[in-house]
Amino acid sequence: MAVNTPAGGFFTSRLDKMIGWARKYSIFQYPFVTACCGMEYMATACAHYDVDRFGAGLPRFSPRQADVLFVVGTISHKLAPTLKMIYDQMCEPKWVVAFGVCTCTGGFYDNYATVMGIDTIIPVDVYIPGCPPRPETVLDGLIKLQAKIQMEPQLL
Amino acid sequence: MSLTLGKLKENFSDSIFELGNYRGDDFAVVRGDRIVEIARFIRDHPELQYNFLIDLTAVDYPRRSPRFEVVYHFLSLPFKHRVRLKVPVEEKNAEVPSLVSLWDGANWFEREVWDMFGIRFQGHPDLRRILLYEGFEGHPLRKDYPINRRQPLIGPKN
Repeated sequence: MAVNTPAGGFFTSRLDKMIGWARKYSIFQYPFVTACCGMEYMATACAHYDVDRFGAGLPRFSPRQADVLFVVGTISHKLAPTLKMIYDQMCEPKWVVAFGVCTCTGGFYDNYATVMGIDTIIPVDVYIPGCPPRPETVLDGLIKLQAKIQMEPQLL
Repeated sequence: MSLTLGKLKENFSDSIFELGNYRGDDFAVVRGDRIVEIARFIRDHPELQYNFLIDLTAVDYPRRSPRFEVVYHFLSLPFKHRVRLKVPVEEKNAEVPSLVSLWDGANWFEREVWDMFGIRFQGHPDLRRILLYEGFEGHPLRKDYPINRRQPLIGPKN
């Protein structure tokens, strides 16, 4: 709430809300890129779509430094334990984005090798469908994730 | 008949089941126990020089006997000729001599065929699964592997 006084303006807020605001605009992502969706991930990250506008421009290549796990591309059963380990290595608070239909549901794969959706292994916050999703779809998913981060009760 | 098939017929007539040409590609169906000899012959013969093992794979024909066929594709880099050798393999005791002694590149191909079809390669230095994980049961490219059978390492089992 904004308040104006003769001495100047100030506003009141809840700590919770302020931390959510800070967190949603400083997303450090860990891109777990395994397949062709990676190209769209790169297109989103680079200058034309410029994911840095949303405060998510700095991927970390250690899960210990990341807030959001971007699972980009098909996950096989052989790789599944590694994905789970990466998720466990991330510090709270953490979020997971399933990027592309393979991570959402298995996509067009229905066979012995492929995990039928990463939500069978780790919790997922945002599903971005598409094979692969267009950068606009990715940005839409990212904005939805930001809204979710803002609305959550914040862990302090 | 092409030069390659002619030479094969001349030297290995007792080990050849069938010779032919399918849409411009020569093929020969040969006996498994002679495959190393035949491959060495077409590699080292000065008029053939099939020095490049392009591919080594297998096919499952569930209603045929013998059930499997191991397929070798060769290319002669000097002459730009190609030939395909096929080896019928029985389901029981499915085994073929390894070509690793002739081409190092056969190593991973043969591991893949073992992984996917369960065909063993005699004399292979390290016949382990290459794509799937230890503990996986069965060989998924066999036609009788159930299409909906899942063997996850973690996560829900079906």
